[in-house]
Amino acid sequence: MSRPTPLRDVHEGLGATLTDFAGWRMPLRYGSESAEHKAVREAAGLFDLSHMGEIFVTGPQAAAALDYALVGHLSAVTPGRARYTMIVNERGGVLDDLIVYRLGDEEFMVVANASNYEKVGDELKNRAKSYDVVVEDRSQQYALIAIQGPRSQEILATLTDADLAGLKYYAGLPGLVDGRQALIARTGYTGEDGFELFVANQDAVPLWHTLMAAGEPHGLKPAGLSSRDTLRLEAGMPLYGNELSAELTPFDAGLGRVVKFDKPGDFVGRSALEAVKDDPPRRRLVGLVARGRRVPRHGYPVTKDGAVVGEVTSGAPSQTLGKPIALAYVDTGADSGLAVDIRGSHEPMDLVELPFYRRNK
Amino acid sequence: MSNIPEDLSYTKEHEWVSGVEDGLTVTVGITAYAADALGDVVFVQLPEVGSIAEPGDSVGEVESTKSVSEIYTPVGGEIVDINQAIVDDPSLANSDPYGDGWMFRVRMEGDPEDLLSAEEYAALTSGES
Repeated sequence: MSRPTPLRDVHEGLGATLTDFAGWRMPLRYGSESAEHKAVREAAGLFDLSHMGEIFVTGPQAAAALDYALVGHLSAVTPGRARYTMIVNERGGVLDDLIVYRLGDEEFMVVANASNYEKVGDELKNRAKSYDVVVEDRSQQYALIAIQGPRSQEILATLTDADLAGLKYYAGLPGLVDGRQALIARTGYTGEDGFELFVANQDAVPLWHTLMAAGEPHGLKPAGLSSRDTLRLEAGMPLYGNELSAELTPFDAGLGRVVKFDKPGDFVGRSALEAVKDDPPRRRLVGLVARGRRVPRHGYPVTKDGAVVGEVTSGAPSQTLGKPIALAYVDTGADSGLAVDIRGSHEPMDLVELPFYRRNK
Repeated sequence: MSNIPEDLSYTKEHEWVSGVEDGLTVTVGITAYAADALGDVVFVQLPEVGSIAEPGDSVGEVESTKSVSEIYTPVGGEIVDINQAIVDDPSLANSDPYGDGWMFRVRMEGDPEDLLSAEEYAALTSGES
């Protein structure tokens, strides 16, 4: 039985198509997912992301514990800022990708994927044992509402006195939104400007309604997981379970930059990652754009001259490009003459640099 | 509750069929239930005019943002017409599944596969949703 979020009644009232995702009952779309995608690119969309995990790490050695537990250099992050980072196993395999917010000198919030947060919480507790810290999974107490799109700031500004204009990308500050305590973070997973609002469960429904009322005149629409997936794909952002897994290191995924070898002390996975960091990658993560209209999908083989040279990890019709797009792991050196085997027919693809879509700043 | 017109026949694969009664040429499309389940349809591939199909053959496919599904013909015979409008604008499958969103016409030979009445199809889809 999948778990509803605090916004279940809102979704049902809107007639959402619901889907089971990582043990949660989530809105897939409210109406047309294409219209939701377009709203986020051109105005704004409102997402229920309450399935994400929030794990708090607090105490005098919180920064040192995270430096050991994660591949990033969290002690170098100033309070109020956030980092994209990863947790890996001893072999360097990715257990999850994370956003870590430094809330204070001795307080961090680790945001993990819905499918992984229990594992991440357990690993963090285990890895922090010899440090003077408390690791607490508060995922059940927090709802997460994201407002994403170019008009997000002007919509949110009508409901808060917080300094949104001064809030940088990958920064977060506590503030009141419509009189409710929230962590206001300038982060997202859509390739657009936007904010993520971490609030107590009981504040989720009134906050959703207030945001919708403030945003509807600006074109704000509720948006489901279907559009979230096509938005992140256009932005070239990896999804755990598709582009990332325990079988791949951050280097395999082209994200070796998140591994901070120059931080002090050991960290879990350091020796395994040092051993592979300079290896020429056998495959690399690339973007493919279809010449035709059939859609490459997760698991389909990438071919060149009839031989398999890779595999699609995510694919969808791209509304912004007007063509199907895909992320795929493809053998190093296989850059042209590529096709994807779409149910027996080899459909030609062009390899492109990522991301597929970059917003105008 | 999806729209299920009384005057059409249906298949378990969520197609609708019209014109079965006169036994000549039938028209086939996908139901509103199928279109809702798929989400926004972005690509429709239809059979070639003049091709011959057996009842139950896969003759095309419908792709949405999230998934792809095959189109089966519930009757055998020659494909005599396809709807170029839905190839050009696949969203017709969502906006008008029983009208401008029709897919192909077959000159029927022999008996159709087991078809469902509107009432039977409504019972089938209420069990699935």
